[in-house]
Amino acid sequence: MANLKLINAGKMYGNVPVLTDINLEIKKGELIVFVGPSGCGKSTLLRMIAGLEKITSGGLEIDGELMNDVPPAKRGIAMVFQSYALYPHLTVRDNMSFALKIAKVAKDEIKTIVEEAAESLQLTPYLDRLPKALSGGQRQRVAIGRAIVRNPKIYLFDEPLSNLDAALRVATRIEIAQLKEKMPESTMIYVTHDQVEAMTLATRIVVLNNRGIEQVGTPLELYEKPLNKFVATFIGSPAMNILPAKVVATGAVTSLTLANGAVAEVPINTADQYLDNDFSIGARPEDMLLTQSDEYLFKGNVSYIEALGEITLLYFNREEGAPVIVKIPGIAHFERDQELKFTVDPKKLQMFDALDISCKYHD
Amino acid sequence: MDSIVGKSSALTWAVNISVVLLVLLWTIPTFGLLVSSVRDKDQLVSSGWWTSFSKVERNLIKRSAPASEQSKVDDLYVLTGNVFGDKKGVVTAFGWRSQDPMAFIPGDSVPLRKGKMLQINADGSYLLTSPIPFTSKRGSRLFVTSIEEPIFTLNNYSEVLFAEGLGKSFLNTMTVTIPATIIPILIAAFAAYALAWMEFPGRAIFLAMVVGLLVVPLQMSLIPLLKLYTDVGIGKSYLGIWLAHTGFGLPLAIYLLRNYIAGLPREIIESARVDGANEFMIFVKIILPLTFPALASFAIFQFLWVWNDLLIATVFLGNNEEQLVMTGRLRELLGSRGGNWEILTASAFVSIFVPLMVFFSLQKYLVRGLLSGSVKGG
Repeated sequence: MANLKLINAGKMYGNVPVLTDINLEIKKGELIVFVGPSGCGKSTLLRMIAGLEKITSGGLEIDGELMNDVPPAKRGIAMVFQSYALYPHLTVRDNMSFALKIAKVAKDEIKTIVEEAAESLQLTPYLDRLPKALSGGQRQRVAIGRAIVRNPKIYLFDEPLSNLDAALRVATRIEIAQLKEKMPESTMIYVTHDQVEAMTLATRIVVLNNRGIEQVGTPLELYEKPLNKFVATFIGSPAMNILPAKVVATGAVTSLTLANGAVAEVPINTADQYLDNDFSIGARPEDMLLTQSDEYLFKGNVSYIEALGEITLLYFNREEGAPVIVKIPGIAHFERDQELKFTVDPKKLQMFDALDISCKYHD
Repeated sequence: MDSIVGKSSALTWAVNISVVLLVLLWTIPTFGLLVSSVRDKDQLVSSGWWTSFSKVERNLIKRSAPASEQSKVDDLYVLTGNVFGDKKGVVTAFGWRSQDPMAFIPGDSVPLRKGKMLQINADGSYLLTSPIPFTSKRGSRLFVTSIEEPIFTLNNYSEVLFAEGLGKSFLNTMTVTIPATIIPILIAAFAAYALAWMEFPGRAIFLAMVVGLLVVPLQMSLIPLLKLYTDVGIGKSYLGIWLAHTGFGLPLAIYLLRNYIAGLPREIIESARVDGANEFMIFVKIILPLTFPALASFAIFQFLWVWNDLLIATVFLGNNEEQLVMTGRLRELLGSRGGNWEILTASAFVSIFVPLMVFFSLQKYLVRGLLSGSVKGG
């Protein structure tokens, strides 16, 4: 049974639609990550689920009950904010017991619950401190603790790690993953713009763009089988290279010519009507292989090299569009302006039609 | 020396020096007032407060003991005593005629009229001898120039507080000021929260109206208000003046507090809402504690304004002992005791004492930083 269900949910700010026709089912125990470019409405969607933003059309169901007009506290959710949103004048203990006090839980019980949560988050020594005497990571743990003590059905995380520095972010990310493992029954919805967080934490990822959902799927599904050009370029870092191409032969194997004259034969079935259409093919930076032969897919002069040690990134500027990026494992020695040729395993190529829909995975 | 560092340090010096000068300029008169208010009233009349820390030379007119205390030693009638009475002092010169009060040095024995002799010693003891009996019942005049220790006393304060009625006025002012500070703050805090965080139609217009009220001069409303009060039956009463001060203070209070409350991080309030708090709980448990610095600073403003107010008190309170506030009393003292500096300076200090205490006790809340720790960078 679905734990949370969005049915044609939409949000308008005045006359401006921010989200339209969101349909999503989240099962109990899932960790769903909302990703998308900034301004795509992922935080708004989370706040609609929390009850902090009104749902202007469609509905939200939690455990089969319509929640559109239920106040946040009665939805069985707890939210962790990006800025922690701790009560600055209350100690850690009072911060964590605030919700329970309002719910009129007995004092002894509050004490037990709070101390248990503090123990599991390693916050026990800080219980009587004010938030200002805590480090960023500790504050974020208090914010998580404040959510845990309420024992909600659904946890909502709004970019919880984006205020932490890189090292702490990794540590806290792992803590959240462990937290999830400890509570397999609880559902979590997590908003982030960080791909690594999305890929590592998510049971399923929801990619949002342009007022709606682009694709929902497990992290690797999104990586391997993007439904459209947006998801293809959004998931994966550096982004997938998109090369414009013209269809020259259709059938079981589609042939396309690229701008540079190279021919790509992609083992994807296309109908005859697509002949001469302007398609594009996509190749992940790590799938581009160096070649000496003349049957290359892409040829260019290196315009920029980023040596990261574990990998080397080569940038090839193009007259139009983003530069083509090639990821080569380990340390490789190239020089600027050196001419290089690359080929790609045809099975790994993606092909997008004129409407940016993937020909490979879309119905 | 033409480096940026050199220039900026010269500028720093200029800033520091001008700050010091400004502070001195502002505090010296107050300090003078304080010193004057604790000086002996005779010393206050004769010299400025800046001389009060050193010994002062004063010309005194004293009288010898009356004739009834004379004794006869050998053939002479003798009067003895000390010009300072029981106190101590040092005589630097003396005389017996008002034209020449500093004619002789202490220890000299000088002839007066009719064979009388006068000797005054440095310690103030005198010896007056005469071949014929003294007759003056009031004693003869002795002119003495003496060095006096500065005298500091709290007598001025006890006089103004108990004899001049300032104490009663002090209580009256308290009666006006405390409710007239608390009531508007309470109302304004509620209003400010609603105007900042609660959604209701017409909120923006409402706020604009409140801010617009700031430009209405309160003098304009005095007469209609007093008329209304008289009709309702609260003219010339404390209730009336509390309400008046509340009304006059509210626009600024609402405006200041709303701006502060609107600046609180939205997430804190949303977080409380998710935690199940209703608007009233959010206000009492989250907003009020966090708004304390703004409440304190407005409290200082309102308190000082009401404390120093004369106009509204004159209009809405009577001129009797039960209702005369301190500013009114000071005005009366200025008229009736204008020459008595010791009264005026002490009264002035009584009237600034409480505002100073209020300021110093609340000023720590003016320091920012209560919000730190709640949000990143806060």
